Amino acid sequence: MTPREKRIAGFVAFGALVVAVAVFPAFVSDFKAREWAYVGIYLIALLGLNMLTGYTGQISLGHGAFMAIGGYTTAILMAGNEQFGGPISGGMKDIYTLPLAGLVAGAVGLAFGLPALRLSGLYLALATFAVAVAMPSTARRFAEWTGGGQGIQLSGLPELTGGSVEDVDILGLSLSPNRWLYYLSWSIALVAYAVAWLVLRGRTGRAFRAVRDSETAAISSGVSLARYKTLAFGISAAFAGVAGGLFALGTASVSPDVFPITLSIFLLVGVVVGGLGGLSGLVFGAIVITFLPLWAQGQDLGSLLPQGIVEETQKPGGSSIVFGVVLILLMFVLPNGVSGLFRRAGQAIAKRRYARSE
Amino acid sequence: MKTLLELDAVQARYGPVQALYDVSLTVGEGEVVSVLGANGAGKTTTLRAISGMVSRSGAIELDGKPLRGGPEAAARAGIAHVPEGRGTFVELTVTENLRLGAYTLKGRKVKGEIDRVTAFFPWMAERGNQRAGTLSGGEQQMLALGRALMSRPRLLLLDEPSLGLAPMIVRDFFATVRRLNEEEGLTVLVVEQDARIALASSVRAYVLEVGRVALTGTSAELQGDESVRRSYLGY
Amino acid sequence: MVAASFAEFAQQVLSGLASGGIYASLALALVIIHRSTGVINFAQGEMATLSAYIAWTLTFNHGWSYWPAVALTLVISFGGGVAIHRVIIRPVERGSVLRVVVVTIGLLVAINGFVLWRWGGEPQLLESPFGTGTVQFQGVILTRHEVGTILVALGTVGLLWLLFRFTKLGLAMRATAVNPDEARLVGVRVTWMLALGWGLAATLGAIAGLLTASSLLLDPNMMVAVLIYAFAAAVLGGIDSPVGAVVGGLLLGLILSMLSYLSQYQAFSWFNEELKLPAALLIILIVLLVKPSGLFGKPEVKRV
Repeated sequence: MTPREKRIAGFVAFGALVVAVAVFPAFVSDFKAREWAYVGIYLIALLGLNMLTGYTGQISLGHGAFMAIGGYTTAILMAGNEQFGGPISGGMKDIYTLPLAGLVAGAVGLAFGLPALRLSGLYLALATFAVAVAMPSTARRFAEWTGGGQGIQLSGLPELTGGSVEDVDILGLSLSPNRWLYYLSWSIALVAYAVAWLVLRGRTGRAFRAVRDSETAAISSGVSLARYKTLAFGISAAFAGVAGGLFALGTASVSPDVFPITLSIFLLVGVVVGGLGGLSGLVFGAIVITFLPLWAQGQDLGSLLPQGIVEETQKPGGSSIVFGVVLILLMFVLPNGVSGLFRRAGQAIAKRRYARSE
Repeated sequence: MKTLLELDAVQARYGPVQALYDVSLTVGEGEVVSVLGANGAGKTTTLRAISGMVSRSGAIELDGKPLRGGPEAAARAGIAHVPEGRGTFVELTVTENLRLGAYTLKGRKVKGEIDRVTAFFPWMAERGNQRAGTLSGGEQQMLALGRALMSRPRLLLLDEPSLGLAPMIVRDFFATVRRLNEEEGLTVLVVEQDARIALASSVRAYVLEVGRVALTGTSAELQGDESVRRSYLGY
Repeated sequence: MVAASFAEFAQQVLSGLASGGIYASLALALVIIHRSTGVINFAQGEMATLSAYIAWTLTFNHGWSYWPAVALTLVISFGGGVAIHRVIIRPVERGSVLRVVVVTIGLLVAINGFVLWRWGGEPQLLESPFGTGTVQFQGVILTRHEVGTILVALGTVGLLWLLFRFTKLGLAMRATAVNPDEARLVGVRVTWMLALGWGLAATLGAIAGLLTASSLLLDPNMMVAVLIYAFAAAVLGGIDSPVGAVVGGLLLGLILSMLSYLSQYQAFSWFNEELKLPAALLIILIVLLVKPSGLFGKPEVKRV
């Protein structure tokens, strides 16, 4: 495919995605729409993490912590923290908090990106992992800001659209809270997708890739390593922050337990499964991290599993076993992730076409 | 003289790149044989093929038995390979380097072997606790040789021992190799860029060109050969 | 009054060293693996948890007495470590960093799930082999378990030192870690040495797990925090230095216990238990930024 054809194909695919997203809720139950809303939320975070890990090659095992920062920002702006002795009175409408959630997380990401510059590969993974593990106890320590272990409840607040129980009237449509969450998440996810695409196809994207492929070469061709690595960290944290804000709206509460270490692990898995470096695979990655735990417990696709196995995986820990094993197996069979698979298939087709035209 | 090492039509490759096309050579028991050639002719690869460090085809036999497997197997079969660029464990001490040389020996012979080797190189006994990385280049090369001797090898492979050493030290090194050959009957196959010293120290030599044996003969014959003189000896 | 507070201080120092001994064991496990295979094993903590549960189930469900159960657990852990390297790690070892990280993360998730699935989430009591009493010396009171922990940590480190310094096997393992190609040339079976390294690390982890379980309670997530402390200890000491791991572990135990001790004073009242993990994180970041090679490591030369 020529670059032009490729771009047109990209537009067509994106258009198809928009249409699919718009009509999808008509075909599924209200409850399912809620699960798919989470796919959209994860997709936003994955788009961000992919920019960092897939394009600049920096591994983060701590993006759940950036989601937490976004989630807490949203919750504090809505509910305030005066009731715990904090300084913020809250009262902001939920959707207006989301850009701020992105900004705050992005700012923290930039600040973290500076020291992270000097860390490479394993060390960065280790440091970000420590961030994710240390997050819950940090939140508990500063209870006057975060509500401590109890966290902040949003359900029923006037700032939460629909209060999570009433239907939402928007653009002349009446949406159930679940469908409202679905459309809100996916609208933002599609915008995030477009933004990620614009960032990555241009100068910045080239610089990111140059950084990943060879730092030395990138420096010698005039790419400012520090600037782009930090920038990647900032942008990806901002994406995670927005996703975290939506997450808080979805769960109608934030607390240390809403953003456990497993969340960070899930995000890395989503990026790896989705194929590092490609955007289309990330949708698949988001689907996997949303549904694999459910499939493992015998829902949906999982209902195809024999009853004996499902009984076992429904016990606590069972789905984690499946998750871990699947993860390891994926690394064995698909080192480049799913979009790597698509790309390889594409290359095979291209080769055949080329061969025929000879 | 009994043939110790025999290579017959050996080919070797690094991934997609073929480095050896057709190398056949023999080394007799107790002989010192050198392999000469320009950069990239396949000298180092020939040694690597013998000790199983590259994927290879063709027949390689040590004392009539085919050599198979990786470098571990070659070491167990009695081949000591001193690779290009010293080949000491720089983070370990002199004594530890020597002990590792005897890794393939069974039982408690290590102490005796250390005494035997340090008789050749007394400074290694005196400076046994010094880290190899703090030795000079010449000392490291000697240590690599000493370590190779520890295993009482049937065959010693030396890869470019003169690399980066002062001429005087190179002469010393080769004098030591000749002495080992005379006193212990050590069989040596040496790859060398410095053709003059290599020919002076060996009985026979092979000249490689782009992965093939181009020329062979006794060292005296090759020293007299017009083309060898012009290409490798420079007079 | 002064004497009493000195005893209290000494007590804090010693119990800090006791926890430090646990961090040191796990950090040593991380260092052994990182030195030889260049991998940071994120599953090291969970492997240790699994070992502790094996010991517990041997004593609790199968009626074994303590020491035979521990011996069998260490053997199983060693075998498990070797098997994990040969089956799971070796195929991805030479690939990208990301692949190895993800595989050890997968292992972490799977083992954590397995423990929860097999033995449930409620905490269990694993008794300390050193008894429950206290030891008193010059007014300093320590639990027997703390004394035992310090001794076990010292003993383990001593045994390892003997292994690496004086045995042929230990020498071959060190040679493999510093230069695997060269080691192969002298006849060392390098892949086995790497697997043995994993086995050794798993055994050290098992010791850390057993000590942790009997100083707190046995629970599926007990090693998550300890793993972070071990990371901090390893980074502090230099991630490729076994001596550094031990010193780093003890130092970290000491720092954390000093912070808790000082929190009784006004100036340090901001510190509480919840800040121990963030403090470890801070130590990791500061060391990586100021002196990435740690206290005992050699600076890494980046090849272009």
